[in-house]
Amino acid sequence: MTSLATESEKALDKSRIVNDFSIHVATINGSGSQSSNNVLMRSIFQMGIPVSGKNLFPSNIAGLPTWFTIRVNKNGYIARKKEVDILVAMNPQTAFEDVKSLPAGAVCVSPVELKLDAVRSDVHHYQVPFTELAAQATDQIKLRKLLTNMIYVGVVGELINLDFKEVEIAIARQFDGKQKAIDLNITAVNKGREWAKENIKKADPYAVERLNLTKGKIIIDGNAAAAIGCVFAGVSVVTWYPITPSSSLAESLEEYLEQYRKDKDGKATFAVIQAEDELAAIGMALGAGWAGTRSMTTTSGPGISLMSEFVGLGYFAEIPAVIFDVQRVGPSTGMPTRTAQADLFSAYQLSHGDTKHIVLLPGSVEECYSMAMAAFDLTERFQTPVFVLSDLDIGMNNWMSDPFPYPTKDLDRGKVLNAEQLNKLGEFARYKDVDGDGIPYRTLPGTNSPIAAYFTRGSGHNEKAQYTERPDDYENLMNRLNKKYDTARKYVPKPEITIEKDAKIGLIAFGSSDPAILESRDQLKVANITTSYFRLKALPFTDDLRKFVESHDRIYVVEQNRDAQLRELITMELPEYATKLKSVLHYDGLPIDARFITDAIMAEER
Amino acid sequence: MVESTAAKAPATNRIGLTQADYKGSPSTLCDGCGHDAITSQIIKAAYELALEPHKVAKLSGIGCSSKTPAYFLSRSHGFNAVHGRMPSIATGASAANKELTLMAVSGDGDTASIGLGQFCHLVRRNVPMVYIVENNGVYGLTKGQFSATADIGTKSKGGEVNEFPPIDLCGLALELGCGFVARSFAGDPKQLVALLKSALSHNGTAILDVISPCVTFNNHESSTKSYKRAKETEMPLHEIGYIPFYEQIAADYEPGSTIDVKMHDGSHIVLKKLHQDYDPTDRFQAMTTIYKANQDKQFLTGLLYIDEKKTSLTEMLHTVDKPLASLTQTELRPGKEALNEIMTSLM
Repeated sequence: MTSLATESEKALDKSRIVNDFSIHVATINGSGSQSSNNVLMRSIFQMGIPVSGKNLFPSNIAGLPTWFTIRVNKNGYIARKKEVDILVAMNPQTAFEDVKSLPAGAVCVSPVELKLDAVRSDVHHYQVPFTELAAQATDQIKLRKLLTNMIYVGVVGELINLDFKEVEIAIARQFDGKQKAIDLNITAVNKGREWAKENIKKADPYAVERLNLTKGKIIIDGNAAAAIGCVFAGVSVVTWYPITPSSSLAESLEEYLEQYRKDKDGKATFAVIQAEDELAAIGMALGAGWAGTRSMTTTSGPGISLMSEFVGLGYFAEIPAVIFDVQRVGPSTGMPTRTAQADLFSAYQLSHGDTKHIVLLPGSVEECYSMAMAAFDLTERFQTPVFVLSDLDIGMNNWMSDPFPYPTKDLDRGKVLNAEQLNKLGEFARYKDVDGDGIPYRTLPGTNSPIAAYFTRGSGHNEKAQYTERPDDYENLMNRLNKKYDTARKYVPKPEITIEKDAKIGLIAFGSSDPAILESRDQLKVANITTSYFRLKALPFTDDLRKFVESHDRIYVVEQNRDAQLRELITMELPEYATKLKSVLHYDGLPIDARFITDAIMAEER
Repeated sequence: MVESTAAKAPATNRIGLTQADYKGSPSTLCDGCGHDAITSQIIKAAYELALEPHKVAKLSGIGCSSKTPAYFLSRSHGFNAVHGRMPSIATGASAANKELTLMAVSGDGDTASIGLGQFCHLVRRNVPMVYIVENNGVYGLTKGQFSATADIGTKSKGGEVNEFPPIDLCGLALELGCGFVARSFAGDPKQLVALLKSALSHNGTAILDVISPCVTFNNHESSTKSYKRAKETEMPLHEIGYIPFYEQIAADYEPGSTIDVKMHDGSHIVLKKLHQDYDPTDRFQAMTTIYKANQDKQFLTGLLYIDEKKTSLTEMLHTVDKPLASLTQTELRPGKEALNEIMTSLM
């Protein structure tokens, strides 16, 4: 069965690679492989081994190639690994390309009829009669295609020495108590397993062994994590328009809200409205924020473009609303299901006139949760739209995490005056900087005081919200908005800074690049390159940025876009250090990997 | 002349407010603008209905018409939004605080062109609010371009002929399932104030398409939306009376001469027959009547259609009794056990 079958068992034992490899499953989308891949990933996780899963999928419902990558890593590295160690080549359309791209010595599990052993002789081929095995698993022809996916779980499981008790638990969980489906899928797994036991003589080095590193951890995608954050942040009005990769945020949010945000009579403390487009979605969110609820919308790049006008009004009229941007590659045709960090510019300065926004940059699923809560506090405190920029990689892929802690901070509802306070004050000016921090006081419609009302409009207003076209009124408004933005520097999440003694090199990155950076720093250390690390969590920048840039000779800004958007923003902030800043840019639509960063930095440093 | 030492106290309404308490800042529109006439009737309707100003929110888009919320109800919060997208602001505000009475003013450009999509979806969702279209067939603020409600063949002030057919907003609202569709004229204050009060009693989106001549750009001889033309051609479907829920029906009508519509809040609309039998609860008749009037180039006004049984967005959202905007942390943030349950399910 294998081209390297002559290797002695003893030599194999010595070269065993345990708990450190990647599995790459190539299928056709719509073939139902998602369940099988989840089961495979969860089974490994349940064995206490750190694992991560990434779905590389097309913008299509059925018929185009899709890949699922599972990374198994005892050191807890959870970024994408570029090299494939075990390929499961189920898709005839891509099988030849897939097998050609394997490194020598890798494993290829494939349907026997594809005859992939003729393509490469330097990889371990295990050729499986899937069609025959599926026919044995069920006499229902319709189910055979689906069950084929479970058969490869059995084959791969046997190959890597997976504990099949864990597979059964994972299947029961995946099919949520539906006994018939559970039994059928277990049968299919066993078919694959038994076939492998009888027919495969293992010649490759990859195996799993039980560890104790995942106990008490959860597996979740960033969109669901953000949704949970919104539930506990007390979001009350959610308005959205479907767009990949953000739809699952709104959908899981609605599920959690239905479950956890109803009163004893079954009445909701929330409203979810699917809008007719993103223009309406942001309009509704702003209308609700203006009227006093915690409101939000969720979208991706093209939606951000459509929201541009309303966000400008929100900025000038000072209205709260949270906007989640689960970033993806640009326009809707071709790459909308691929990841990128390329909306930084557009979100930061979205809209007409002089605008700049508060932008939060979660770097893990846990931060999707905690920053959702921070975003609502910030939007109400600063009375301005606040962006949370995650991306497809963090938002839609499965990540291991510690369970999320219950919030310890009370909701910050900002400066809102009620009728009693107004009557005591005797006067109210909506846009007056009373406290010297640039943040005015607001009132909500429905406040029962004759002085509560004000008229909301764009840039033409004075402190009392009266119409004006006076140059000094506009200038004052612009300067106060600037002051407010400066105040925000003290409130936004602080960067995570790791200073290595004597490090001359500093890395700056944000968002989903974090796991790859952590791994790359270890790789660089092996090559005697010590690095400090500054992970940005929000715009505006805090004072920490200057200190970090000052104290290192060379700064590599690592980001997943072409135009070095973060480096440009840092250059605007610290123009005197522009020449210190170098870029490592990854923009092929796939999640960034550690080796890419390491190679780029090594090339400069050697 | 005898100087009176004690000025006569102005009249007040049920909640002790004067009509002046419902005014706004002075209008900055052209003298004689139809919009100002509508503003006056909004003030009158609000005063006579004794609306509590703090419970009203005024909303508008962009354009001459959308400036007018500044000219009435200065004790109510107002929101001058972006062009054509006031409906989404209204939807969000309604979801956030269902106790607010939403009073929106838009124009024919704001509604029938840039805002057509949001208008349609607002009506589809049946957001409870009064939506007044101050319809003059032109863009006033940008100096006289045709809007999408300009009649085909109509001439601009500069002599340009409009070659595109108009969008009939009442016909469109009916098509979209609107439960309150009315047309009126800025120069018919009696009918307008009765329709405004009726609209304020309606539970759902109430569309009022009001022909409101633009004295600067569309009041010339060949205009189909001039004062002269509207006055000459207006054909009311009925004489409309409004009896608020707190008053008894006093007048005696000859049997068969009126239609009585009971409103959601207990008020009544009494429609007195004029030239033809017209039943405003018959959607098909309403549709035919609108089409026929357009074909015959008639300017029909009155309550075209009413359905008091439609479910509004508020009811569809099934929210708690209090407005969402009034909920506090205790009501908004689930307890520790809820988070533990979620976390355990992910392990």
